[in-house]
Amino acid sequence: MDLYEYQARDLFEAHGVPVLAGIVATTPEEAKAAAEKIGGVVVVKAQVKVGGRGKAGGVKLAKTPDEAFEHAQAILGMDIKGHTVHRVMIAQGADIAEEYYFSILLDRANRNYLAMASKEGGVEIEQLAVDSPEKLVKYNFDPNTGIDDAAAAAIAAQAGFSPEEGPALAEVFQKLWGAFEKEDATLVEVNPLVKTGEGAIIALDGKVTVDENAAYRQPGHADLVDESAEDPLEAKAKANDLNYVKLDGEVGIIGNGAGLVMSTLDVVAYAGEAHNGVQPANFLDIGGGASAEVMANGLDVILGDDQVKSVFVNVFGGITACDAVANGIVKALEILGDTATKPLVVRLDGNNVEEGRRILEQANHPLVITADTMDGGADKAAELANNPALASK
Amino acid sequence: MSIYLNKDSKVIVQGITGGEGTKHTARMLKAGTSIVGGVNARKAGTTVTHEDADGQQVELPVFGSVAEAMEATGADVSVLFVPPKFAKDAAVEAIEAGIGLIVVITEGIPVQDSAEFFNLSLTKTGADGKPVTRIIGPNCPGVITPGEALAGITPANITGKGPIGLVSKSGTLTYQMMYELRDIGFSTSIGIGGDPVIGTTHIDALEAFEADPETEAIVMIGEIGGDAEERAAEYIKKHVTKPVVGYVAGFTAPEGKTMGHAGAIVSGSSGTAEAKKEALEAAGVKVGKTPSETARLLREIYQGSSTESEASPAAEAAESLKEKFEGLVDKIKGAFKK
Repeated sequence: MDLYEYQARDLFEAHGVPVLAGIVATTPEEAKAAAEKIGGVVVVKAQVKVGGRGKAGGVKLAKTPDEAFEHAQAILGMDIKGHTVHRVMIAQGADIAEEYYFSILLDRANRNYLAMASKEGGVEIEQLAVDSPEKLVKYNFDPNTGIDDAAAAAIAAQAGFSPEEGPALAEVFQKLWGAFEKEDATLVEVNPLVKTGEGAIIALDGKVTVDENAAYRQPGHADLVDESAEDPLEAKAKANDLNYVKLDGEVGIIGNGAGLVMSTLDVVAYAGEAHNGVQPANFLDIGGGASAEVMANGLDVILGDDQVKSVFVNVFGGITACDAVANGIVKALEILGDTATKPLVVRLDGNNVEEGRRILEQANHPLVITADTMDGGADKAAELANNPALASK
Repeated sequence: MSIYLNKDSKVIVQGITGGEGTKHTARMLKAGTSIVGGVNARKAGTTVTHEDADGQQVELPVFGSVAEAMEATGADVSVLFVPPKFAKDAAVEAIEAGIGLIVVITEGIPVQDSAEFFNLSLTKTGADGKPVTRIIGPNCPGVITPGEALAGITPANITGKGPIGLVSKSGTLTYQMMYELRDIGFSTSIGIGGDPVIGTTHIDALEAFEADPETEAIVMIGEIGGDAEERAAEYIKKHVTKPVVGYVAGFTAPEGKTMGHAGAIVSGSSGTAEAKKEALEAAGVKVGKTPSETARLLREIYQGSSTESEASPAAEAAESLKEKFEGLVDKIKGAFKK
């Protein structure tokens, strides 16, 4: 889960990382009050989980609380690269002398952690990495040792900080490592990390990604979820413990196992090319155990998507055999009753496939059409999505 | 031959008394695996009883630790079914005990935990300077060497022994591919898992399949996220002489949406299926657009034709496989000599 800047700021503060005052506001009135509380020059910053907000006009300097009100009024509701701004952060103005860069992230390729630091921050770091890679220090370290005193000093020195500057930065690096480790983060990035006119080191803007698998030991993270930004169908699926992603298409997809479902989306998209370009409408993985209840919940979510014209159920019976899946489908349709109105193409393969197909045939549900192969099922579902009238044979 | 797992492997189950552990211990025994015991500190000294492949009741001892289990049974493989909360401690225990292979089935382990136990395993090296413990997973279906042993949750009756080696990030997609090619059969099929940090990589498995005399062709299945497939492509170009066919899932996945596996996300311009396909093709790997096309590509390598497999159920196919397979291997070997 990616955090908003204000959430990252609060999290940094909680772990002793030096930050400036910052208050989140959802209305111009709140923004004005926040500016009064902070005092002096403030910055009104759009809170969106996407880069380039400065260029889009989402960051403005305000010399007075009234100016903060005006800027907040302009920024709230703004669209930045498809993200609507629902909140602004009123941040204390900074006296910036120098801008640096620092981050810690999970390095998937090396399967350890990577710290990156540069004396030239405040810029597009990807660009710096391409144009002047020598200015970006990359320091891989063992997750079991973390950024200890020696590592922090080494990173500062390699980034070109003088022996006088080094210790203050090393201390901040270690505080950020503390935040990374204790919050189960996979990314902590500070850009810019600034030195003020008085020589203080401050994390001015932060990006943090936390690991959702660690939710059980990070009770505070539940409060960081932005429910307003969630798609209502995705929220409904989540409440039922379903792994669902809404997409823009007409063929609803249900399958078991993440890889097979991704593959099903692709196969449906290819099949759609011959049927007026219909596309998969969602990703939905019901997992290994396809019980009737799980199947009913899954179908309920998919049928709640008005864009969906047909549904393709693609299950490989492994641990859960096909007969159990077929029973699940039949019972799910019973549970849903009249609310199920769209044709369902079902392809089963694997364990007990004949018994599974027999159960579906016997149930003879008017909405269910069986397919022998994944490719054949995808084609049928795409055809029906393009022309639903075909379903009433 | 095979990779990582064979009929001589002595397997213990960490979490043998839990729900998943119980269910899959029974399945692994049925598949012919030599399971020699399990671990649960709170139930040390007790036993569990399951039926083996011959229908005999087998009483399995439950030990207090992996070290005790290894000492008493000579176990060299541990399959881990411990819940996410306790998975790291269980893996650390097995690494400290110096077991040769840990297969971590558990889904939902915090990635920092995986990074910690994986890096711990790197520090425990043997006389050859290599880590003593290989880790497969987490969040994976495990390894199956058909007809010999199963360490994980792959259905054992999809297919039988054969000359194809398969490595994949995904579980059910692995089953699908094994099913498509069930008439040819597999030396070993390994699911490495879809998490951001995994112990055994595509490259590790490719290296092992290249060295395995029984494996004559390799199927590599990838999915969006990370750059493991791109790195595997580089490796294939330099080090793999056996034919490899590939498949990548997730061409239609949009940027920024996690597709089920914690690692399956397209971020920015990296991790797309298209980029992975291109990298593999540049390394001479034929890449299928769908699982069925991928199976056809592999068939072409073998038989010089694109005969569709008959749609007979997996169970029947597995039974009749042995006879079919023997003739086929000779044919394939003949074709390769030419």
